Amino acid sequence: MSAAIVGRGRPVRAHGVGGRPWVWAAAAVLPLAFLGVFFAWPVAALVSRGFSDADGFSLAGVQSVLAAPRTWRIVGQTLAQAVAGTALALALGLPGAYLLHRCRFPGRRLVRALVSIPFVLPTVVVGVAFQSLLAAHGPLGFLGLEESFTAIVAALVFFNYSVVVRTVGALWSRLDPRAADAARSLGAGRARVLLTVTLPALAPAIASAAALVFLFCASAFGVVLVLGGATWGTIETEIWYQTTQLLDLPAAAALSVLQLVVVTASLLVAGATRARQERALHLLGDPADAPLRAADAPAVVVTAVVVLGLLVTPMASLAWRSFLTPDGFGLGNYAALGGNAGQFTVSIWQALANSVLTALAATGLAVGLGLLVSYLLSRRPASAAGRRTLRTLDAVFMLPLGVSAVTVGFGFLITLNRPPLDLRSSWLLIPIAQAMVALPLVVRTLLPILRAIDPRLHEAAATLGATPARVLASIDVPFALRGLGLALGFAFATSLGEFGATSFLARPDRPTLPVAIFRLIGRPGAENFGAAMAASVVLAVLTGAVMALAELVGPKEVNPW
Amino acid sequence: MVSEGLEVTDAVVRYGSTTAVDGVSLRVAPGEVVALLGASGSGKSSLLRAVAGLEPLVAGSVRWDGVDLAATPVHRRGFVMMFQDGQLFPHLTVGGNVGYALVGRPRAERERRVAELLDLVGLAGYERRPVTALSGGQAQRVALARSLAPQPRLLLLDEPLSALDRGLREHLVGVLDETLRLTGTPALYVTHDQDEAFALADRVAVLAGGRLLQLDTPGALWTRPATAEVADFLGYRPLLDAGEAARLGLTVAAGTLVGIGPGGLVLDPDGLEVPVLAARARRGGGEFTVELPGGRQARVQSDRVPAHQHPPRTLAVRLAPGGCVLLEAGNGEGPTASRSAGVVRESGRDPVR
Repeated sequence: MSAAIVGRGRPVRAHGVGGRPWVWAAAAVLPLAFLGVFFAWPVAALVSRGFSDADGFSLAGVQSVLAAPRTWRIVGQTLAQAVAGTALALALGLPGAYLLHRCRFPGRRLVRALVSIPFVLPTVVVGVAFQSLLAAHGPLGFLGLEESFTAIVAALVFFNYSVVVRTVGALWSRLDPRAADAARSLGAGRARVLLTVTLPALAPAIASAAALVFLFCASAFGVVLVLGGATWGTIETEIWYQTTQLLDLPAAAALSVLQLVVVTASLLVAGATRARQERALHLLGDPADAPLRAADAPAVVVTAVVVLGLLVTPMASLAWRSFLTPDGFGLGNYAALGGNAGQFTVSIWQALANSVLTALAATGLAVGLGLLVSYLLSRRPASAAGRRTLRTLDAVFMLPLGVSAVTVGFGFLITLNRPPLDLRSSWLLIPIAQAMVALPLVVRTLLPILRAIDPRLHEAAATLGATPARVLASIDVPFALRGLGLALGFAFATSLGEFGATSFLARPDRPTLPVAIFRLIGRPGAENFGAAMAASVVLAVLTGAVMALAELVGPKEVNPW
Repeated sequence: MVSEGLEVTDAVVRYGSTTAVDGVSLRVAPGEVVALLGASGSGKSSLLRAVAGLEPLVAGSVRWDGVDLAATPVHRRGFVMMFQDGQLFPHLTVGGNVGYALVGRPRAERERRVAELLDLVGLAGYERRPVTALSGGQAQRVALARSLAPQPRLLLLDEPLSALDRGLREHLVGVLDETLRLTGTPALYVTHDQDEAFALADRVAVLAGGRLLQLDTPGALWTRPATAEVADFLGYRPLLDAGEAARLGLTVAAGTLVGIGPGGLVLDPDGLEVPVLAARARRGGGEFTVELPGGRQARVQSDRVPAHQHPPRTLAVRLAPGGCVLLEAGNGEGPTASRSAGVVRESGRDPVR
């Protein structure tokens, strides 16, 4: 206790409880290096490839891509799909957010769980599920929606409905109902209260959800690849097409640059709205809800139609079709998963084993890095410069969320295949790419939990004599553990279903399950179609089980303290 | 070496361009309890955090036994802070919280010490309970036990009772007082509640606008407020000049101000008839706001005159010297324009204790 050093001249400041800056710096170096090598470098290489030819810097590649009418058709389709998907997800998601987060009714937990499943489902599975429903010989084949804009938008809404419900619902449930009560008592009708009080208060959450959904829609890959056929595409599918089918790398690079522009713009909007959302509203500590009333009927009807019609039907159709074999109803498709069927060198079960192994490695990487990053970003530096640095880092670590998986995969393909870092033959390449894609989700899961720790808990521990290391071990770690289950689940489910980057990197003899499913549906024949259905069900069930487990051990919605 | 205790010299704390603590110096002797009393924004909590090492000092120093603590991080200072809302660790049990600072000691010793401390704060046998199941008063008692566990050389209390309701607060002031005396722990006690400060502290420091206005024993502070501002803060209001006081029956030297404390204005049939502006019922009587000559308002209490139904239009009042303080008027109008002139006392009644 008496080891105090007598300060001479200007003393070293030992205020705060966060330990020394070099500890933070060390915590930042590892994830930054990882991000630099496996994200910034590939993306930068990609961009420079887009702007160069054999003789050096050149705009020729970009110019020819920009001059092609096909490019502008694809850009138009990407934006149209994203705008329609976002608008519809918002229109349907707002009543859902209200019903599932502001109203009390039996079975609410079940519906909430049901609604949250689609977001983590592998894109290929969702594509196959919609395909099973809308294909000419499917239950809804008469609608003629196969390879249509409508089908793609429906699938995008399927994915992103829960993003709107969760983002807006979380704020809505904590909105003080007395503001609306006050407006009602001042003579405003329900509609006017909704328009003038409730929606403006929700605006930050709505804007943030919209930006996020737009981002996801604009970078949609697997689902568009499966459902769009030859007619419909996005910049993402076009990059894949140019790379793997036409082998036109400069064109693909130029398209990647275009995609970077679109994605960065929506990421900036998302970031700005998130910052606004974190600004203080008058919020309740505990969620408020009320029993259903007659006036809630419209929300009930809309949500019931969405949940049953849009969410449940494709999955039910997928499950149903997986049991349909040429010989009738049975387990034939599942039995066929073990065989090589002459076209593959591996069975579906082997692909599943590949997927699980890869996902485990990716999960380890993503969660390990995510813990470091979250801890770093949850600090509260006293200086303005420190806070600015943290804000920048925050944005940097969110970048992979926006920069599409296809870009990451393509970038790996052209940078990590030669010295100094030749990982072409290493199976580690895929888990690294998947970890890059999962990292932002892990951080977004852990960070709010760490940020919610009252800084005075740290101070209390420090004044009780705890060293910075002990403060970390006894306060931050136990809190982070509560979110760790969910983070692990997200990372594992995302890696398991990851298709965008993996489709570039998976070697023909070592496909992951989503890649194998995609290959299956590309082949003619009822047998292959049936096997794709069965494999999709297997993947969906595995993903769903992992997420259910994660939610079980994850943080409870209400933490009373 | 004989302990010299805490010495704060010319401490300055700034948040951006705001100066929260502006050149405060004070000492806390071994075993002494010093209260930092002030309104919100007076800088008392910032000063406390600076002593703990949670805020950097822009200028000045914090010393313990003569050793500058500028380079000593929070966890090595041996000053434990107790927060307004306890800040118990929600993932630990009551026993885990109380024993938090006892890490490294043998398990048996730790358990014995935890039991001892819980007994001290009246929560014997609570070790295994989760802290989330505690009431507000119990949580603060656990926080107190946790703070005392490492036998801190100084206890820093940041409004530890202000989140509790009145009855509980009065009870816990007793618990705190007893515990601090029993353990002989020196303490800096931040509060905005005068009764708390006067009940617990050996000396009280009054802060306003980041500056230390007066540091004195409770009795001296009450009877000899150093400035008009301190007198006003303690509840001596309004301040009357000699002429105004004379009309209310108290003759003082010209240039002296008279501050009316609680009980400083009394009903007297021979007193000055003044108009009643407002009446309010209180337990056992009424409280009346009257307009004094010169237009200033003052309050007078009575257990005989009822406040409801038909409150009187006028009341006859005079000043009671025992309830007033005298301040020497200075040259200017500023808050430091007067200085202590002693109290007028008729009886030996101490207004507080």
